[in-house]
Amino acid sequence: MSEFLFQEDVSIVLCGEAGQGIQTIESILIQSVKLGGYHVCSTKEYMSRVRGGENSTEIRVSSKRICAYVNRIDILIAISKGAIYHLKERISNDTIIIGDDETLKLVEKEDVIKIPFLKTAEYIGGPIFANVIAAGVISRILNIDKEIFNECITAMFERKGEKILKGDLKAGEEGYKVGENILKSGKIKIEIEKNPKIRDELLLDGTEVVGMGCIAGGCRFMASYPMTPSSTLQVFIAKYGGEFDIIFEQSEDEIAAINMGIGAFYAGARALVATSGSGFALMEEGVGLSRINETPLVIYVGQRPGPAVGLPTRTSQEDLDLTLYGHGETPKIIFAPGNLEDAFHLSQRAFNIADKYQIPVFILSDQYFADIYYNLPSIYLKSVEIEHHIVKTDENYKRYELTDDGISPRGIPGFGDGLVVVDPHEHDEEGHITEDQNLRTKMVEKRIKKLDGIKKDSIPPELIGSIDYSILVVGWGSTYGIIKEALDNLKREDIAFLYFKQVYPLHDSTKKYLDKANKTIIFENNVESQFANLIKLQTDFIIDKNVLKYNGRPFSVEEVTESLKSFMEVF
Amino acid sequence: MKPEVFDVENADIAWCSGCGNFSILSTLKIVLAELEIDARELVLVSGIGQAGKLPHFLKSHTYNSLHGRSLSPATAIKAVNKDLKVIVTSGDGDMYGEGGNHFMHTIRRNPDITCIVHNNMVYGLTKGQASPTTLRGMRTSFQVEGVSEEPFNPLVVALALDASFVARTFSGDIEHMKETFKSAINHKGFSLVDVFQPCVTFNKINTYQWFKENTYHLEDFHDPTIKMKHLRESWKKINIL
Repeated sequence: MSEFLFQEDVSIVLCGEAGQGIQTIESILIQSVKLGGYHVCSTKEYMSRVRGGENSTEIRVSSKRICAYVNRIDILIAISKGAIYHLKERISNDTIIIGDDETLKLVEKEDVIKIPFLKTAEYIGGPIFANVIAAGVISRILNIDKEIFNECITAMFERKGEKILKGDLKAGEEGYKVGENILKSGKIKIEIEKNPKIRDELLLDGTEVVGMGCIAGGCRFMASYPMTPSSTLQVFIAKYGGEFDIIFEQSEDEIAAINMGIGAFYAGARALVATSGSGFALMEEGVGLSRINETPLVIYVGQRPGPAVGLPTRTSQEDLDLTLYGHGETPKIIFAPGNLEDAFHLSQRAFNIADKYQIPVFILSDQYFADIYYNLPSIYLKSVEIEHHIVKTDENYKRYELTDDGISPRGIPGFGDGLVVVDPHEHDEEGHITEDQNLRTKMVEKRIKKLDGIKKDSIPPELIGSIDYSILVVGWGSTYGIIKEALDNLKREDIAFLYFKQVYPLHDSTKKYLDKANKTIIFENNVESQFANLIKLQTDFIIDKNVLKYNGRPFSVEEVTESLKSFMEVF
Repeated sequence: MKPEVFDVENADIAWCSGCGNFSILSTLKIVLAELEIDARELVLVSGIGQAGKLPHFLKSHTYNSLHGRSLSPATAIKAVNKDLKVIVTSGDGDMYGEGGNHFMHTIRRNPDITCIVHNNMVYGLTKGQASPTTLRGMRTSFQVEGVSEEPFNPLVVALALDASFVARTFSGDIEHMKETFKSAINHKGFSLVDVFQPCVTFNKINTYQWFKENTYHLEDFHDPTIKMKHLRESWKKINIL
């Protein structure tokens, strides 16, 4: 058996059946890795079932800041018999497999460490302790202080009672012993540099930061219907909403959810709805209402592969078109955050900007980004402000008063002496139904005029890498971390990455960036290259190469790196 | 307070002459005035259809919503600002057809709103198709051989869901309608008032005369122990509760 040495970065994958507690080990390990002073990033893939199947979580431990999925598996913790088959395309000669001797009985590979996890767990009190033993093994191999590990175990299991906590602490101890033996045998050696400052950093996932951003944006109402991968945001608001005086309601369907959201915003509470794929399709009618009655709303769309049910628990960037288009013509804004800081700030901004322009604002995420965890130093809060865009009405108040910038001051019922009349038909300035053709023209122009201000307020794409680029890589939303790391790997001066966090309307600088490149390439998790099409429509620019992935899995750093290498060879 | 305070100046009323909606509108104004409800604290929420236009003819805050989608925003508006009086005006197609799911679940939620359904047993605005409450056999441009389904019975559904206030009245019985609206608006919780109303243009069967002949008053309706009796009475197609 060869020796495995990791000096900069190690990719540890846990794989087991749904219900075997993979998520519990993930939570314990990412915390202890961070508290141990390493940079950490975890991503997960799971099946749409409650028991059985195969789910896996990748935990990367690194000396550098990372926020991306890699295909490579350095250490595989196989908790179920099916794990090896499930991950066969990712297991290589450089993968070391650790698992229960019974589970791995039939695996004939040189680099397998068989450990009696189940027997040890039985000895402690039952098979449920096997996971914590495995977590202990990893923690020991990573040279994490046992006190830190115990701290994480306690945080996780304290609420389950003394007996269970004791068992888990014992299981952790057993894991540490096994890890010690592995280290002594010299099979695995980890020399990744630690930085004690990381201990105090934040460790958050792509859902939590959106939830925090929404709360910081003044969200006071959320109505939604459960649907993966947007349910986690609903859970977050349901859990923390009480502390922030937020009303949370699980509605009977997505149609009710969006209509409640618009009603809430009308009555004065900043409102959020969250959905995915076909649930979002049901909301489209309500999106139209928000657009014509000019009531703001923030809509979080967690994308997954479609159409219809598609792949419920997988990832995609397929719903840009559905978000962008719709019946009728009025402006909207679409954000697509690709890193945790942006997810926080854009979600916060979504409420201000929706309120300012009285339009629906979308936050496009996806399963991959919703589930990614990594550490970050802090979130900059000084710029965070809740803007106030509501006016006190007087008795001559007209909800749809024609103004130069298209924005009619928005009143709410009960604040001032005016009456607030909103309407889904074409309407006059007071909000009453009209079919007057001249008024129709004026109202259409009033609504579309808001686009001028919206464009001025739009967020430019971010250029990452050399400003003297000749090759420009384009990406939007969740591919950010993956493309960025691929560029870091390439270490070339002639290539840069243009990352879009606002995908509609596009900032005016977009064309300038694109025109400057000799060659352009885009990565998207869809088959139609929806964002490249949007760029063409808005700027007349045609991107040279479209790398598209639509099997429900995210790009890996290796895939993007290889694509870029071969792209550069051709040109 | 006078009912005229709720008049909308120069309102372009879109209803046919003789429509039952007129007496519903004028009675609602009288009731609101008698209850001394300030227009500035009143939100009328409606969907789409002839009944859905009512808020445009009654001076108040107005949230004219999408077809079938009046109860969801009404619930949210009340949740956000409990000081507002929230009244929904809807029709049989809007509430029981397009909005049927919201109807059921709003009853379960029991928000403090009043829901007045103008039930003329036909679609008016789309010109005469069957509604969920159209009686069997009625021929329309869509149901060319006559309606084959059993009509939807909103009272039975509401009672089965344990709605906190269920009533039916008739737009031709002003006094009864007035008292019913008043009790409904004063009720704390979800109150459903199904108002029989003739459609003079598209429903030649359920006319003023027909309603007069086919409806009757239920006695002792305040006794909460007689829900089962109400349920049985509601199974009969036509009655006033």
